Amino acid sequence: MAILEIEHISKSFNHIEVLKDISFSLEKGQAVSIIGSSGSGKTTLLRCLNFLETPDKGIIRVNGETLYDASDPAARLESAIRKKRLHFGLVFQSFNLFPQYTALENVMLAKELLAREQPDYKTRKKEIHEEIQALAESLLTQMGLGSRMSSYPHQLSGGQCQRVAIARALALSPDILCFDEPTSALDPELTGEVLRVIKNLADDNTTMIIVTHEMAFARDVADHVIFMDDGYIVEQGSPVQVFEHPSEERTKQFLAKY
Amino acid sequence: MEQILDQMPIVITSLNIGFIQTLKLFFVTLIGAFPLGLIIAFGSMSRFKPLSYFTKLIVWIIRGTPLMIQLLIIYYFPGLVLHKPVWGGGEAGRFLAAAVSFVLNYSCYFSEIYRGGIQGVPVGQEEAGLVLGMTKNQIFFKVTLLQMIKRIVPPMSNEIITLVKDTSLARIIALQEIIWAGQAFMKGSHGISGAIWPLFFTAIYYLIFNGILTILLGHLEKKLDYFR
Repeated sequence: MAILEIEHISKSFNHIEVLKDISFSLEKGQAVSIIGSSGSGKTTLLRCLNFLETPDKGIIRVNGETLYDASDPAARLESAIRKKRLHFGLVFQSFNLFPQYTALENVMLAKELLAREQPDYKTRKKEIHEEIQALAESLLTQMGLGSRMSSYPHQLSGGQCQRVAIARALALSPDILCFDEPTSALDPELTGEVLRVIKNLADDNTTMIIVTHEMAFARDVADHVIFMDDGYIVEQGSPVQVFEHPSEERTKQFLAKY
Repeated sequence: MEQILDQMPIVITSLNIGFIQTLKLFFVTLIGAFPLGLIIAFGSMSRFKPLSYFTKLIVWIIRGTPLMIQLLIIYYFPGLVLHKPVWGGGEAGRFLAAAVSFVLNYSCYFSEIYRGGIQGVPVGQEEAGLVLGMTKNQIFFKVTLLQMIKRIVPPMSNEIITLVKDTSLARIIALQEIIWAGQAFMKGSHGISGAIWPLFFTAIYYLIFNGILTILLGHLEKKLDYFR
């Protein structure tokens, strides 16, 4: 069964439709790359999955459970949405680390706050804190940041910040991890270190959706590629299919520029 | 000169009493205006339009008119126009009216500083919190608040130092703060009259107190320097 099913998602801002009838599905352990020019709706799609935007139409299903159905007004309530967000993780283009916390604290914060909602939190407070810290430390080590855990974001390079942001998203063990142009704010040297980390996650069968302008990477990392243009999914398929034998004229035009 | 030295102890005692009233007004204003300013800031940023317009109207009126006029209206209007003296008599009544005027006035200025501080925090901070499953409350207290405080410390320091000096405006309703106490020696008080130097001397009180505040606020700013 597909881990994620998107059915007929549409979204407009001020009467301009930026997502038009988007449907696709994703299997557990798969990585999907979404490519397309700026303004094609890629970022809006990721923001809809993380409920930073609410789709006007359509259904989002995770593990067969309907997380969001635009025809149900109750689905839009903030209280209903908050827990559903935890199925998804999002890594932003501009990192959005919390500047007043160290790398370690950035990774721990949300998990600690969620732990407070556990019924046994009061009795196991210390234990829970230590578990979360151990998890955060192992994630940061996995990201190659074992020696930078107590650094503040402004003391880290862009690539290091982005790796902290990835660790922060992983700490909540989301079903699906989304990347919104994770390397667009980085220079080429730092891009490589972040892409390597994402590639390793893909090799470990992390379910991922990656919006990127790095074509070689999109092709290399993905099991499935989606090409978007003007709010539509123009074409989707295996990397070989989309990159080597694109069937749509628009896809050919786009790929010719790279 | 000799005469001044003789008068000094009497004048200092009297000015000290006045300065305590000044300090009381200063601290009461801060304690009242810090939270009220935040409430006004949220009001003016509310997505509920009537509330936002209403708050902006109040802020416009308060910031658009002199504090001195506000003091006069707030102190005299209930008693002289409505014939319902709400402030009570004597120094306590004057202090209450002055405190209400100052809290109201400074909340409006603070609200604009808060608003700038809140809106100056990048929207990505809230989005990052939301995506991590945090509630709006958690995001405000754990993420946004400290970044906002860092942003507002310099403009707030400015307002706080202005407030120290603005308390002297309460003299217009005869609140017995330090300027009032200094001026009393011109008209005659404690057997001294026609002396203008005590009034000039009050400046030293302001100068010393503001010096201490500047150092404290500078420390606070430094303390928040650990992040950017």
